[in-house]
Amino acid sequence: MKGFIIKEFYHIFRDLRSMLILFGMPVVQVLLFGFAISNEVKNAPIAILDHSNDYVTRQISSKLLSSGFFIASDAVVDESHIPEIFRKGKVKEIIVFESNFARNLEKDHEAHIQLLADASDPNTANLIVNYTNAIINNYQQEYFAGLSLPVEITTETQMLYNPGLKSVFMFVPGIITILLMLISAMMTSISIAREKEMGTMEVLLVSPLRPMQIIAGKVLPYVILSFINAVTILMMSYFIFGMPVKGSLLLLLAESILFIVMALSLGIFISTVSNSQQMAMMLSMFALMLPTILLSGFIFPIENMPMALQILSNIMPPRWFIIIIKAIMLKGLGLQYIWKETLIIAGMTLFFIGLSVKKFKIRLE
Amino acid sequence: MQPIIEVENLVKKFGPFVANDHLTFNVGQGEIFGFLGANGAGKTTTMRILCGLSSPTSGKVKVAGYDVYTQTENIKRNIGYMSQKFSLYDDLSIAENFQFYGGIYGLSVSKIKERTEELLGRLGFSGEKNRILKDIPLGWKQKLAFSVAVIHHPSIVFLDEPTGGVDPITRRQFWEMIYETANEGITVFVTTHYMDEAEYCQRVSIMADGKIVALDTPGNLKDTYKAATMEDVFLMIAR
Amino acid sequence: MSPSVKVEHLFKSFGNTVALDDITFEVQPGELFGFIGPDGSGKTTLFRILTTLLIPGSGSAEIEGLDVVKDFRKIRDFLGYMPGRFSLYQDLTVEENLKFFAGIFKTTPEANYELVKEIYSQIEPFKNRRAGKLSGGMKQKLALSCALIHKPKVLILDEPTTGVDAVSRREFWEMLARLKKIGITILVSTPYMDEASRCDRVALIQGGKLLSIDAPGKVILGFDQPLWAVKTDNIYNLLTDLRRFEATRTVFLFGQYAHVTMKGKLVSGDPITQYLESKGHKQIEVHKTEPTIEDCFMELMK
Repeated sequence: MKGFIIKEFYHIFRDLRSMLILFGMPVVQVLLFGFAISNEVKNAPIAILDHSNDYVTRQISSKLLSSGFFIASDAVVDESHIPEIFRKGKVKEIIVFESNFARNLEKDHEAHIQLLADASDPNTANLIVNYTNAIINNYQQEYFAGLSLPVEITTETQMLYNPGLKSVFMFVPGIITILLMLISAMMTSISIAREKEMGTMEVLLVSPLRPMQIIAGKVLPYVILSFINAVTILMMSYFIFGMPVKGSLLLLLAESILFIVMALSLGIFISTVSNSQQMAMMLSMFALMLPTILLSGFIFPIENMPMALQILSNIMPPRWFIIIIKAIMLKGLGLQYIWKETLIIAGMTLFFIGLSVKKFKIRLE
Repeated sequence: MQPIIEVENLVKKFGPFVANDHLTFNVGQGEIFGFLGANGAGKTTTMRILCGLSSPTSGKVKVAGYDVYTQTENIKRNIGYMSQKFSLYDDLSIAENFQFYGGIYGLSVSKIKERTEELLGRLGFSGEKNRILKDIPLGWKQKLAFSVAVIHHPSIVFLDEPTGGVDPITRRQFWEMIYETANEGITVFVTTHYMDEAEYCQRVSIMADGKIVALDTPGNLKDTYKAATMEDVFLMIAR
Repeated sequence: MSPSVKVEHLFKSFGNTVALDDITFEVQPGELFGFIGPDGSGKTTLFRILTTLLIPGSGSAEIEGLDVVKDFRKIRDFLGYMPGRFSLYQDLTVEENLKFFAGIFKTTPEANYELVKEIYSQIEPFKNRRAGKLSGGMKQKLALSCALIHKPKVLILDEPTTGVDAVSRREFWEMLARLKKIGITILVSTPYMDEASRCDRVALIQGGKLLSIDAPGKVILGFDQPLWAVKTDNIYNLLTDLRRFEATRTVFLFGQYAHVTMKGKLVSGDPITQYLESKGHKQIEVHKTEPTIEDCFMELMK
């Protein structure tokens, strides 16, 4: 066993490519997501059409404009200008206050704001509307406690627990999940497939080693390396992006190890059905990467998916891990709130290990 | 015999390592020339130079009348190449493989058709030309690969360890194809590890440590070294 | 003495392809037993069944009295196997490879060093070199050392000499002869007929069937036709003309000669000479010759 693990480390450390994937990719990915592909809204040009122009609308306007997310662009005189302004592409959003806004609010406890966004870039439009909503919502809470504003208020979790609206907080859990999943699953599946390709698997099979020993020998080095990876990503997000860990660090690390073992056993399962490194690579890329990114709720909110995909997303292990990380890091929740998700991942781990041991052929057929 | 390959004082160095050390030899037109040597003796390097894939460090080398330093394009057009590892496309039919390789050498569609019929006819495969290659036994594939290598009527065909692992009868059929080809005036240049194969060549050279240490007909070599087989000759020289 | 390997009526097919067709043989302890046949003749399939890697379609196979299906774990403890491609870890050094393979059999290179000493000492100067950077001959020696490091009772070598130069091949067979002396049973396969004489007994295999099993000398005795070696100034025309001669039975190319058998018992080569003279051949040479294993193989293949 010991010899097996040592050998596995030699393979990893002597192959520049695996080293790069193992340790280069996480760093690059985190930095990419953190800095370059930032979803934050900064200085988005907006226009305000204020039919009321009273103290409430002025307060809301100045709050919006002083937030740093928006800057005022063209003044809008009346509604007929709106299509033209959007067509010119000068503003991303127009905010329309109804007339007698403050009076309506006091009298009817109800006033209307219309948000018009340029949805030719739907993601940005979505974000801007969300930001605007959040700010208006904030204002409402501060000044009209007990009153209700008829503004459409989205109460998405990431807003509530991410008051600075920093996108990096939304991305870090996703990145950790994807990286652990990909690296662990891909590296193990490739390393087993390589033994098959080189013919060394034949000799291993003919030796007295048991399937469980071969699997354990393959998995253990990657548990260690992937764990180092997880810690690296967490440290980067903590020190570079100021991402907090509100909950127990120990719990976070323990959950990470559980998830790593799950991903590794999935990798072994992939290798039992592929005979070449190429096939293992393709399978991990297409069978893991795409669903992980698309269906885990990392980029696209699960609630917005069609029913069929929502059901499908339940069998995506990353979905549950993302919930766990967010709960621990952002909300500071303990195990009593995430035991269900933990159990699901543990169950998946057992399932894949069982399947791999069963499918791992003691012969060549 | 008109020389078709002329090599004079060929030297090829990789850094301080001398892979080919002053080689001098000629191969005549229509000759079957065996190029032998142990692993790492420098055969592959020489073969690459003769095929126009790499330039010598010094020396004069002419293949099919063209200079290997300056006229590699002409050389490539006038040679054929086949190795045991190089095989035809497994997912194409026999005819499609011929079409593809004929196309590479710029043969016209009608010419490819004519050569395909001719070569397959000789092998007795005419009725099989639409079979997909992967369903065809190894021995056949090797014969087909050889036919493809001569589809454009090259002056020289290079065979790199062509007949590993086939049964003795197929192997002989393969060598008879080689004789037939040489009879048409195409020069055959063969490398091999297997000394019984060397006995089929008209002349053989044996390389060791980058030098040619013996060059003669198999019969003369056996006489010179008082050996019963080429294998014994080889062991005496290379050990 | 019970046989070391015992195979009875073994069949194996993959889909519609029959890989092994009624194979029966026995190998005695300490015997050097060769399987000779071309690629695709079933050698590798047979060896994979013997090494417990494949399950036979029907029939039985036993190693040291243990069944390859039921007792596969016990067999794996004392079996040495070298698959067709030298299965070494290319990115591990010579020494690391040896250590690893010793490790999976729960032993160390030191414990059984005596056994591999002679082979390993030749590659020991390169022990810190990666296996991928070794020449074919050295890889072959390392693979053999790795297969031997746990002191197997039975050694199974699948085409160990393919792609290796003549010098290394000669050395390899000399090593096998020494291992045989220690009493290890060795099964070895090769596509090269000239290696047959190195074995105690050889089985000629073709298309999944055993054509013959015998000592190499006896295989040759079984060739009951007078064999003529014929040579003229033009080998290509010689072959064509001999095939047209109605008295000819078989014609096979053998180096610079054609090996010919004739219909009926021919006492002298004169009729062949006369025929070739009539066809205008020069420098005609006709003499009787001893058949080789290859002649026998081709005779049996018919």
